Amino acid sequence: MKLLKIAATGLVFAATSASAQTEITWWHAMGGQLGETVNQIAEDFNASQSDYKITPVFKGSYEETLTAGIAAFRAGEQPNIMQVFDAGAATVIGAKGAVIPVQDLLAANDVAFDINDYIPGVRYFYADADGKMIGMPFNSSTPILYYNEDALAKAGVTAPKTWEEFASTTGPALKEAGYIPLSQSHLPWIFTENFHSRHDLPFASNNNGYDGADTEILVNNDAIKAHFSALKDWKDQGLFEWYGTGWGDNAKPFEEGKVAMWLGSSGSFGGLVQKVDFPFSATMLPYWEGVTAEPKQTFIGGAALFAMSGKSDEENKATAEFFSFLTSPEVQYGWHKETGYVPITEAAYEVAKEDGHYNEFPAAEVGIQQLSLPAGDNTKGYRMGFYVQIRDVMNREYGRILTGETDVETAFANIEAESNKLLERFAKTQN
Amino acid sequence: MKRAGFTNPWLPILLLVPQLSIIVVFFYWPAAWAIQSSFYLQDPFGFGSTFVGAENYTDIAQSIEYRKVAWFTVYFTAIVTFLSLSIALLLAVKADNVLRGAKTYRTLLMWVYAIAPPVAGFLGIMFFDQSHGPLTRFFGFFGWDFKLGVDYFDTATAMIIVAVWKQIPVNFIFFLSGLQSIPRSVREAALIDNNSGFRRFWDVTFPLLAPTAFFLLIINITYAMFDTFGIIDTMMKGEPGANPMTLVYKVYLDGFRGNDLGGSSAQSVVLMVLVLVLTIFQFRLIERRIHYT
Repeated sequence: MKLLKIAATGLVFAATSASAQTEITWWHAMGGQLGETVNQIAEDFNASQSDYKITPVFKGSYEETLTAGIAAFRAGEQPNIMQVFDAGAATVIGAKGAVIPVQDLLAANDVAFDINDYIPGVRYFYADADGKMIGMPFNSSTPILYYNEDALAKAGVTAPKTWEEFASTTGPALKEAGYIPLSQSHLPWIFTENFHSRHDLPFASNNNGYDGADTEILVNNDAIKAHFSALKDWKDQGLFEWYGTGWGDNAKPFEEGKVAMWLGSSGSFGGLVQKVDFPFSATMLPYWEGVTAEPKQTFIGGAALFAMSGKSDEENKATAEFFSFLTSPEVQYGWHKETGYVPITEAAYEVAKEDGHYNEFPAAEVGIQQLSLPAGDNTKGYRMGFYVQIRDVMNREYGRILTGETDVETAFANIEAESNKLLERFAKTQN
Repeated sequence: MKRAGFTNPWLPILLLVPQLSIIVVFFYWPAAWAIQSSFYLQDPFGFGSTFVGAENYTDIAQSIEYRKVAWFTVYFTAIVTFLSLSIALLLAVKADNVLRGAKTYRTLLMWVYAIAPPVAGFLGIMFFDQSHGPLTRFFGFFGWDFKLGVDYFDTATAMIIVAVWKQIPVNFIFFLSGLQSIPRSVREAALIDNNSGFRRFWDVTFPLLAPTAFFLLIINITYAMFDTFGIIDTMMKGEPGANPMTLVYKVYLDGFRGNDLGGSSAQSVVLMVLVLVLTIFQFRLIERRIHYT
């Protein structure tokens, strides 16, 4: 009887404390060290006030998180906040009514918002055609070139600014010094999407896909075909190595000191600091001088947070408050320092500069600098449906180029044809 | 002879209900749903959808990549089935002859059976690791620069080795019990007639094993086509890239990674038909030639 009483009091207690707080959930794809940082942010938010409580839930890879979110939405069990990666943006933004545009959400809950507070490369990737921000950029990264300082010193070279320089000087010198000069971790992201942005080339029709669903991909162009021909030549000459499609398989040889330079994400910085035992630094993504004399900014990869629709006003208010907390300069700087992902606002960038973070780690600033370079007509991002599959098609054909199974012409013709087929199919899902 | 029966006609139906409802909920209902959605292209979130008729099917039929995956599935299934059956049969025949330490030998062989497919795949990744894998080094010793996840042929080889390794124990258990159920008198009679162990095996033992072998053939084809999913998924390391894959894996990729529900449904309907045809073929044509004792 006594036990029952205690249990009953406990229940009442739990019920009252729960009702006083608005609870929201946040599905994310940040595993390992990143996941712990995410949990810390959530804990800090919960501790910073007593009205709302956010619970982060790890749902696996980016693809798995998106699929889980879609399945949950169809069952009416969606979380308040879902993390969606760059390639899934068209899917979630295309489904009108699945999410509340973050700009509307913040306005409805009296949280100040000005898109110009955000650093340039971050602003429009997750925005609609009119420039309204739909998803709140969260873990924003951009591809940069990391290099092993010991290796470069041994070879007597500096990090290359252009691919011409890499092919004529840096690559051969590093090879001579006993290193594999270069590897990279994501051919579609680094050497396709951002390749177009860096050289200000159109990636798709309809303003890179932002203006409509009847988009055609423009990937079958001479500049990128020349790039992949060069890449294959470099591989044959021992200036470049490809270890398969997996991210980690290509990063590992760099971490082990076998590969001298590695193209990865600015968000890889935090992990590298912990993993490698040689001095390393980073520089901007090289470009082809023969294609452009004025390289432009790249855009963000990583993922954004979307506020799912179908939630009560109180919960939406909680979500808005959390976004407000998340974008505060202190939280952004903490996230940036811990992980290497770029701070998304100018204010946070200022805090990082004032704190002397970049004096200690110059490499940590490269991503933001690259995202803040002059913009061009084709630098805000891309918006294409079934893009996860388009990336898979690219990866498949690139793999075939690099293993000599196919030639560059055939591969790009295939990518163009299959991507356009997928885009055409996606357009039909949007009625 | 008196026929045993139920006095109440509803009782047998009642007893069947749990089984039937499981079949309906987990097979007929999803199957019907798949057939329906294979005629649509729909927004993943369920907002919009367009009736496209047979377009999802014609897209499959015209896709060169789909054909490549289909051919790989055929090769993969044939090789995995053949190797896992023949190696298991050899081991079972040898185990059947062993008298001393037989139990230990059998137990050791059966252990692998307890390993889940993704775990087997993970072991495969470690064994074939590009820089540190012992099997990669072993192949390197013979001048084979084995590259899992880079070279199509190498990756296919690794997948086949792991899939075969994982399936041998099941086949071994069945073959061994099949061998042990062959009457001693039959074997002794054969021994008098023919001195060649090889001939005795193919003329007497193997035909008597045929029912077991036929059963295993079906089980193994199904295994290679469908149950190797976990192995393939793990060895793919989350990135399909230019790696080989089976048809069922492609259904998963397009549906659950790419969110193309219509296209993925059409592919699963194709698979359903394929299994149906295969089943009819197996039971109509092959089973007739097998005599059960």
